[in-house]
Amino acid sequence: MDIIVTGLLLGGTYALIAMGLNLQYGMARIMNLANGEMLVAGGFAAFWFWTAAQVSPLLTVFIVAPVAFAANWLIYIVFLRPLVKRARSRGQLEVDSILTTFGLSFVSVGLMLAVFGGDYFSYSYLSFPVHILGDSYGANRVAAFVSAVIICGALWLWLDRSRAGLTIRAIAVAPDSARLVGIDVGKMAALAFALGGAVTATGGALISTFLTLDASTGVMFTLKALIIVIMGGVGDIRGTIIAALALGLLETFVATLIDPGLTLAAAYLLFVVILLVRPQGLFGRRTT
Amino acid sequence: MRLSPTDWRNLTLSALALAFVACLPWLVGNYGLSIGVTIVMYTVLATSWALFSGPTHYISLATAAFFGVGTYVTGIGIEYLPYWTLLPLAGVIGAVLAALVGLATLRLSGVYFVIFTLGLAEFIRQVITWGQNVSGAKGIYVLTSITEAHIYWQLLGLAALVYLLGWAIGRSRLGFALRIIGDDEQVARHSGIHTARAKILLFLVPGSVAAITGAILAPRYVYIEPSLAFTPMLSFQVVIMALLGGTGRLWGPLVGVIPFTFLWEGISITVPNQTTLLLGVSFLVIVYLLPKGFVGLFGAIRRRMGSEGLV
Repeated sequence: MDIIVTGLLLGGTYALIAMGLNLQYGMARIMNLANGEMLVAGGFAAFWFWTAAQVSPLLTVFIVAPVAFAANWLIYIVFLRPLVKRARSRGQLEVDSILTTFGLSFVSVGLMLAVFGGDYFSYSYLSFPVHILGDSYGANRVAAFVSAVIICGALWLWLDRSRAGLTIRAIAVAPDSARLVGIDVGKMAALAFALGGAVTATGGALISTFLTLDASTGVMFTLKALIIVIMGGVGDIRGTIIAALALGLLETFVATLIDPGLTLAAAYLLFVVILLVRPQGLFGRRTT
Repeated sequence: MRLSPTDWRNLTLSALALAFVACLPWLVGNYGLSIGVTIVMYTVLATSWALFSGPTHYISLATAAFFGVGTYVTGIGIEYLPYWTLLPLAGVIGAVLAALVGLATLRLSGVYFVIFTLGLAEFIRQVITWGQNVSGAKGIYVLTSITEAHIYWQLLGLAALVYLLGWAIGRSRLGFALRIIGDDEQVARHSGIHTARAKILLFLVPGSVAAITGAILAPRYVYIEPSLAFTPMLSFQVVIMALLGGTGRLWGPLVGVIPFTFLWEGISITVPNQTTLLLGVSFLVIVYLLPKGFVGLFGAIRRRMGSEGLV
């Protein structure tokens, strides 16, 4: 039972991270492989505010999110917009953006190594137990889960109900037709990309309350987020949440029952199965 | 296959160049030779990588996985089998692994392939580490009488094979089909080319070559452990070197390997913590300044000089 609850708690936070990547890949059409570094940066910020000024990570989020939004918006404008403009086909853009975001990812790992060093960092925040269904869990995990649920819910409402959300969904479904009905696709894509980065950094700040991070763990989270996004279906918020919970459960099962060193291997196997059985994602429709 | 006089000239020149670089162990000291081994190793890896990724535009990050499997073939196999059987064995295992990866992913879009290959090395590494934890064994010692010079000559032989293979593929029906796929996959499919099969066949080349390279280099490490054999850096370095040189020509990757190896050595010695930053900056330089690599740059310079009547 405690495996299931721990898995769901972990999955909730994964959902937030994957949601960020899904905004970037599904809506802005940029495969951002530097996504995990944004997460680690968010975690670093939370760590720094907590150790320097005892600011709660749940409050740091309100600083991290706008800063990450601005940073990602700049990244889109400076690095990615020129690629979008010069690309002759979707495939070309894909290759270029993969190489660029790999480059950005390595650059940020290098910078974080230079600034913070290669040490693991963790801090103890809300590290008292909470009792759920007879078992006890770290309060930080529960707090992170609750915050993730609130943010995911707000995001979903915004995408589903607001006019801006509708526009973003429009550019995800048909960028060419969106332009015909008067949507500034470039501007909305930049917005979706920046928002995705902000969501991921927030997830990083939350996840740092209970996981130990270091400057080079970003790529692990990028891989996990990608697996979740592909499993749930690109651009599909509902699928992302379910896939994230599934991955959280699977990892917790493997870590407690077999070996904690195999969590990524398990996630990868899941990915292989998805690729072979349903490459369009859990709820995706076959496009070709 | 009929060879034209130009082909004969190129073959003779290549053979002479090969004979010359084969003399390296007698010409330079130990440090020079170790740089030589590194350069030939990356030439083999980057050229075979470009044979697949050049025409198909699929970015493979599986080099480390194949390489690591190759080192383990030597590491485990040396106890039971004669050394000369290990290299072909590694090649076959690498090809089988590549075929499996190809079958699972090459029918899908490029992004899936990138993620799949990126995860592959990490997956195998975690599984081997876990196996070692369960069995209690740690690393493997590879103790042989093979010297650095032997490794160098073996790699050189492999490099010659890769170049011959690339040249042969370029002249074959498969090479022609791949050029069409690279230009426009839709067109290729409509003109009756089995695109998935062509890509899978071609992917066997970098897979088995990287595995053989790993098998050749295993004695150099003496002690093999998963984090060393499957280091993800290797995959990225190969990608950068190949793209830096340019994948449009068979000799393109070589032009990227040589300067990058020296740059990498220089950075590793002076500021060892900043190699990651170097990788990142190289990626950005390739995308924004050298999208076709040095080969493309040479071409542009030659065209410009030609149009101004200088050549």
